[in-house]
Amino acid sequence: MEYFLQQLINGITLGSIYGLIAIGYTMVYGIIGMINFAHGDIFMVGSFIALALILMLGVAASAPMAILLVALLGVLALSMALTAVWGWAVERLAYRPLRGSFRLAPLITAIGMSLALQNFVQIAQGARNKPLEPLISGGFSFPANPAPGQFSVQLSYMQIGIVVTTVALMVGFSLLISRTALGRAQRACEQDRKMASLLGVDVDKTISVTFVTGAALAAVAGMFFLLYYGVIDFFIGFVAGVKAFTAAVLGGIGSLPGAMLGGLLIGLIEAFWSGYFSSDYKDVAAFSILVIVLIFMPSGLLGRPEIEKV
Amino acid sequence: MSAPLLAVDGVETFYGKIQALRGVEMEVREGEIVSLIGANGAGKSTLMMTICGAPQARNGRIILEGRDISRMPTHQIMRLGVAQSPEGRRIFPRMTVLENLMMGAAVTDGAHFEDDLARMFTLFPVLERRQGQRGGTLSGGEQQMLAISRALMSRPRLLLLDEPSLGLAPLVVRQIFKVIKELNESQGLTVFLVEQNAFHALRLAHRGYVMVNGVITMTGAGKELLAREEVRAAYLEGGAH
Ligand SMILES: Nc1ncnc2c1ncn2[C@@H]1O[C@H](COP(=O)(O)OP(=O)(O)O)[C@@H](O)[C@H]1O
Ligand SMILES: [Mg+2]
Repeated sequence: MEYFLQQLINGITLGSIYGLIAIGYTMVYGIIGMINFAHGDIFMVGSFIALALILMLGVAASAPMAILLVALLGVLALSMALTAVWGWAVERLAYRPLRGSFRLAPLITAIGMSLALQNFVQIAQGARNKPLEPLISGGFSFPANPAPGQFSVQLSYMQIGIVVTTVALMVGFSLLISRTALGRAQRACEQDRKMASLLGVDVDKTISVTFVTGAALAAVAGMFFLLYYGVIDFFIGFVAGVKAFTAAVLGGIGSLPGAMLGGLLIGLIEAFWSGYFSSDYKDVAAFSILVIVLIFMPSGLLGRPEIEKV
Repeated sequence: MSAPLLAVDGVETFYGKIQALRGVEMEVREGEIVSLIGANGAGKSTLMMTICGAPQARNGRIILEGRDISRMPTHQIMRLGVAQSPEGRRIFPRMTVLENLMMGAAVTDGAHFEDDLARMFTLFPVLERRQGQRGGTLSGGEQQMLAISRALMSRPRLLLLDEPSLGLAPLVVRQIFKVIKELNESQGLTVFLVEQNAFHALRLAHRGYVMVNGVITMTGAGKELLAREEVRAAYLEGGAH
């Protein structure tokens, strides 16, 4: 039972990170029908920006808890903003000029952008792992004083922070999409871009906003990844990106709640698989479940059937 | 005479290499209802969309209140007091009726939203009953009412209506045309109407144009066009009811 709980906690934490990245995939797909392969690398850039800011500001574990928290929130906000600029630039420079071009063009440039971002970071930061000392340590254990040989469940402050922030961001983002004029414009472009422009919506701007918000959420995931694992390199965007993309497809690509649910499920599958079987095949497990789900539900768990799209 | 609200001058529009408009000349004056009729494929919808900049005219000028809008992006044109209820209605299927109407008001500052909404519900009471329902679940007639209301929510000076009667039951068609007439008479709303159904469109209009293969071939007062033998022969057989 304790062991099960532990995997659950780990899985939800991991799922939060995947879910935050998956939102960017699903929103971009929803609005321009394109898989933004560079999105995983935007997540990676976000984690490097967070690391750079932490080192620049000299944020250290020795600081008092209150100051540390404020500093980390500041770093989070700043790296969201800076990463958003990257997301904006990728769309503006690499995707927008090709809009209306032949169908494979955006796919090819997206792969190109992915490689370009990886190589850029590799050259600018070096190929070696970048470690970061654990900034937030400690947490709860149940039971607090385990009998010899008894398994004790660890719930770290870091995990609590990740899950709480993620839930808050997802609730906020869902409200933004469902309740505000900006969200309505976003959905209008998703359903009928031409009609949206006939109602005075600046479609290009709305697409930019989609990339910007997706990148900002990926930046949050990037910073969590950095703080949680304590080490990053220029290649983390590939694996995390593929998994978050899998999450988006599992949940139903184009669906916002689908991305969140898919992220959570992929995180749980990965945690339970490595907890109960072997961490060697954890990625295969996630993909197998994706394949099985897609056989029975081709548009994913919460996606809408293709037919309605016509 | 004052300058027209909208003047289309020598407009040519292409889809790739295919030329859909071949030098269209027409105008709409403030307070008028102008109808454009023509066979399927004549280029009527293309003209409507070209006025809105999607696609843009390759040659010629489109003057709105003295200003050339032919090179302006669509979303900016729609902020100058032009609204369109396009062919096929294009209701956002996964937005509620209310949200569709909110989208119509997106170009306004929102100050008159509640008043305007109440006006739409008076014009088309069925929309009030359906306001929480998704657009995609409405009937064709309800969608058409919603498309017109959505366009009106922007408080346009020029309303473009592309085949509002298409595929609708005669009773619904009559209701929609009655509303158009009322809006024109009571509020002076200027309307440019495209129809294949020439009888209703010309009877309603102050003036009409006939389009054949991307050019205007005839123009005159609505009732005068309706009386012409060549118009009756080409556009009314079976259509008069
Ligand atoms: N998106 C498009 N791409 C290519 N050709 C088009 C497109 N839309 C319309 N056309 C062509 O342009 C011509 C005029 O079409 P349209 O303006 O829709 O006519 P109408 O509204 O009078 O029926 C037709 O020959 C049609 O096939
Ligand atoms: Mg047409």
